[in-house]
Amino acid sequence: MTIVANKPEPIVYELGAPGRVGAVLPECDVPLTPLPAHLTREELPLPQVAEVDVVRHFTRLSQKNYCVDLGIYPLGSCTMKYNPKINEEAAKLDGFTALHPYQDPADAPGALQLMYELQEMLGEICGLPGVTLQPAAGAQGELTGILILHAYHRSRGETQRHKVLVPDSAHGTNPASSAMSGYQVVQVKSDARGNVDLDELRRLADHETVGLMLTNPNTLGLFEEHIREVCQIIHDVGGLVYGDGANLNALVGIARPGDLGIDVLHSNLHKTFAVPHGGGGPGAGAVLVRRDLAQFLPAPVVVKKGKQYAFATPKKSIGRVKSFYGNFLALVRAYVYLRLLGKEHLARVAEDAVINANYLLARLRNTYHAPFGDRRCKHEFVLTGTPFVEKYGVHTLDIAKRIQDYGFHPPTIYFPLTVPECLMIEPTETQSKESLDEFADALLAIAQEAAANPQILKDAPHTAPVTRLDDVKAAREPVLGYHS
Amino acid sequence: MSDKPITYSPDCKYTETHEWARQEGDLIVVGISDYAQNQLGDIVFVEMPPIGDTVQAGKAFSVIESVKAASDIYAPVSGTVAATNADVVNDPALVNQDAFGAGWLVKIRPSQPGEMDKLLDATAYQQKVEAGELK
Amino acid sequence: MSHPYLPNTDADRAEMLKTIGVTSVQELFADVPADARYPKLPKMPRALSELEVWQEIQTMAQRNANLIENACFLGAGAYNHYIPATVPHLIFRSEFYTAYTPYQAEISQGTLQAIFEYQSMICALTGMEVVNASHYDGATSAAEAAILAINKLPKRNKIIVSPTLHPEYRATLRTYLAGKSLQIVGDEKLDAPLEQVLAQHLDEQTACVIVANPDFLGAVRDLQPIAERTHAAGALFVVSAYPISLGLYKAPGAYGADVVIGEGQSLGNPLAFGGPYLGIFATKKEHLRQIAGRLAGQTTDTKGRRGFTLTLQAREQHIRRERASSNICTNQALCALAACVYLATLGKTGLRQVAELCYHKAHYAARKINRLLGYRVDLKTEFFNEFVVECPRPVAAINARLRAQHIIGGYDLSKDYPHLGNAMLVAVTEMNTKEQIDAFVEALGQDAQRQRSSYDHRRE
Repeated sequence: MTIVANKPEPIVYELGAPGRVGAVLPECDVPLTPLPAHLTREELPLPQVAEVDVVRHFTRLSQKNYCVDLGIYPLGSCTMKYNPKINEEAAKLDGFTALHPYQDPADAPGALQLMYELQEMLGEICGLPGVTLQPAAGAQGELTGILILHAYHRSRGETQRHKVLVPDSAHGTNPASSAMSGYQVVQVKSDARGNVDLDELRRLADHETVGLMLTNPNTLGLFEEHIREVCQIIHDVGGLVYGDGANLNALVGIARPGDLGIDVLHSNLHKTFAVPHGGGGPGAGAVLVRRDLAQFLPAPVVVKKGKQYAFATPKKSIGRVKSFYGNFLALVRAYVYLRLLGKEHLARVAEDAVINANYLLARLRNTYHAPFGDRRCKHEFVLTGTPFVEKYGVHTLDIAKRIQDYGFHPPTIYFPLTVPECLMIEPTETQSKESLDEFADALLAIAQEAAANPQILKDAPHTAPVTRLDDVKAAREPVLGYHS
Repeated sequence: MSDKPITYSPDCKYTETHEWARQEGDLIVVGISDYAQNQLGDIVFVEMPPIGDTVQAGKAFSVIESVKAASDIYAPVSGTVAATNADVVNDPALVNQDAFGAGWLVKIRPSQPGEMDKLLDATAYQQKVEAGELK
Repeated sequence: MSHPYLPNTDADRAEMLKTIGVTSVQELFADVPADARYPKLPKMPRALSELEVWQEIQTMAQRNANLIENACFLGAGAYNHYIPATVPHLIFRSEFYTAYTPYQAEISQGTLQAIFEYQSMICALTGMEVVNASHYDGATSAAEAAILAINKLPKRNKIIVSPTLHPEYRATLRTYLAGKSLQIVGDEKLDAPLEQVLAQHLDEQTACVIVANPDFLGAVRDLQPIAERTHAAGALFVVSAYPISLGLYKAPGAYGADVVIGEGQSLGNPLAFGGPYLGIFATKKEHLRQIAGRLAGQTTDTKGRRGFTLTLQAREQHIRRERASSNICTNQALCALAACVYLATLGKTGLRQVAELCYHKAHYAARKINRLLGYRVDLKTEFFNEFVVECPRPVAAINARLRAQHIIGGYDLSKDYPHLGNAMLVAVTEMNTKEQIDAFVEALGQDAQRQRSSYDHRRE
């Protein structure tokens, strides 16, 4: 297999020959109409490849990818859990795929029921009953949430609010989403235990505060130890607390963000609820709100009237954030996943995710440095490679590349920005103990290699389809498309 | 980051945001410090302001990009842009190779006399960098 | 408590907890407020087996009126096209759909090269030079185009939208830009021609003009004069294109577009009740530094071999945070892969063929409908595969009757374009056989006739 994967694959334009076709369409069965010559094009520079070569090309390309179905994919804050196969089968059913979004909702009762029940389940799990399934991704959920905060304050005549507080450990999307909404972003420091610095928060929160964007557990994998006080400080100045649900996998069935003081939350269905990541998307970023904020949700939402389901526009809706109703097939997958888990297994998801992370941390902490050493983590944890730089001149990047040679995907690296030479590891609950041991053994072996033969790390990966790529060249002389 | 020692050109003044400024006739030449280029790594792109644009001391007027970061460039003094370095646009690596010389970015015709005096001298800037006071 | 997605047994857990150094899993949650721990979740249903879920979900799917058992004449921004078998077969390979964003380039060459090929083919289709790895859909691409324009021209604060840009794109644009002090104008009068819209609004404050071709009502026109007027005012010209139509019509780049956006669903993605779809975003090289989202670039590895990597990411949110050009992170990568496989499969001749089939079938349908008593189609307006039908009675009532004959009628324009009266937007694609079209036309005729006779009956 490796032999095929490591052979350079031509670009699709370099395949085929003039006159080859990958598909044949039916003859035209109606009388022809003259084409409007003044509007039509002469050139259509697309490939000309036979079907078999299309299939081989993309199959070979696929073999140059690592994926969850091959093994552990421990990217921190990405929740690369196993994607159950029944979800995919469900998402291929004709009744879902061959359904036009503008069909009469009365002709799509199964689709509306599925959306309604998913809204209900997510609302119950998060303790926030108002739900929209429209946002296509986490970042879009954040934008939606911030726009809801905006609409809420405006409805109360509080137009002076213009500051969004964001902890320094937050995902980059948090400040970017706030800025997109025209708000000023104010960074809040973390304290030595990795919590939000309460004194700093008290100092920054005032009548100009829109709200706080809080990821809990945060990107260090640490649960905010003063969660209730943090929320109280924001509520006391009339602000709202926005929860970034990227790390919800640590809490499902264990605690509901709504019960902890969160007012608005987005949930990445492609993380916590097993929707596959698709090489970068599509995901889904449901937004959940307190009951009194449901009037601001984007339109439409699904409501139940008697036994019928229908679309409805909330009273003071912020409008729509994309076409139609959301990434519907992602919703189908999340629905199926939740039906299979049921209330019985939800808490076990979070428990096992947290046990797995703590187990890896326990196995690695004596070799790699854990900056928040005395604290237990939740579903993920961070290590720093700083000692390796000092002792062997080996950077976290080198460690990550060497992990590839052991047949695993590396963790998230150099994030969060607050931890130097950071490795951020999230194993998820779907890894067995043996697979965690294999991964830990690899990291321990790499630590020994760093001491004995640092060059092997610096030249890694040695077994991947390509060696390290010249990013500087790619950026200085961008080649972003094929030109014959 | 390269392993070459960081230099601090003594004939320049510095901002806390890592720009340098040097009087040249009645113009002020501006670039980023050797420390800054080293932190950014390989520079891949420099966005130049149009000639004639007004800049204000302490305000961003341009962006410099490396593979891993995009950084605003702040004007050390107020004035108008009198010249931009076309060589750097074509070969951004000049900033890495010679931050105080061939890697200069713009020349500003100053409008507020005395602003140069408010900037750090090389020794003060070096002290602040080495004390970790500047991000 | 065994569950197929939770491999570790109670024995495994006990051993791991021992290594961790705690006696129970609860200790790991000690920092969670005690009163909030282990909520009851009364509304959460009980777990089902895979077989039970499969039966339930099939029943749910079957309750929807699908477009295999019903002929579809509905479009309005989402279209029923044939998806060659190569597309689902290839995109559902585990290596593609269970991979993450290709941050570790060496073990993500498959995804990266596929994105590069997608970028190349969309460049060819649109006549642009740079394409990103996708936005969420056509509507969000429109919003991102406006954001590009105001970032590029920061002293300008006006966005002009054509009244015949998709109503949901205009709505999304307004939601996205709600927090910025911008004017979004142009669609106050829904029947105003573009020339009139520009005459009223275009000035030195305008950052961009966003139009659709074909427009929402199906009309195709030569937009070069509009592009020239827009450029003369120093604004960017943004064209929303239906990618299948570009198999036949001139690329927007050829008539002056600075940004081409579009809903890419029609390129190999199922209708799927509205998503996931594909936001196409293409522009010129001079806007390279303003383009948001991911870009795959070609480079070489340390052994000099060709390889691909994400590039120009320095302005993205994970690095530049609140100063990023957009907040986009997760995109619609797998939908872009579907478009990539679709375009590679159909290729140069296939896409043209699909476009021509759509064109001929739609024109055949339009002529036949126009001959029906009570219906009218403006055949003088140039169109691709979608056209407005003036109907003798409300479209909702006609569509209800069509449904009984297994026909999904066109889009009811009465809500979005009330000035058109009882108007139906009809879309025809290669999926509609002559028999289907004839049956549709006949059903429309019968509906009008029944109305007439019941009216006559009441009059007697």
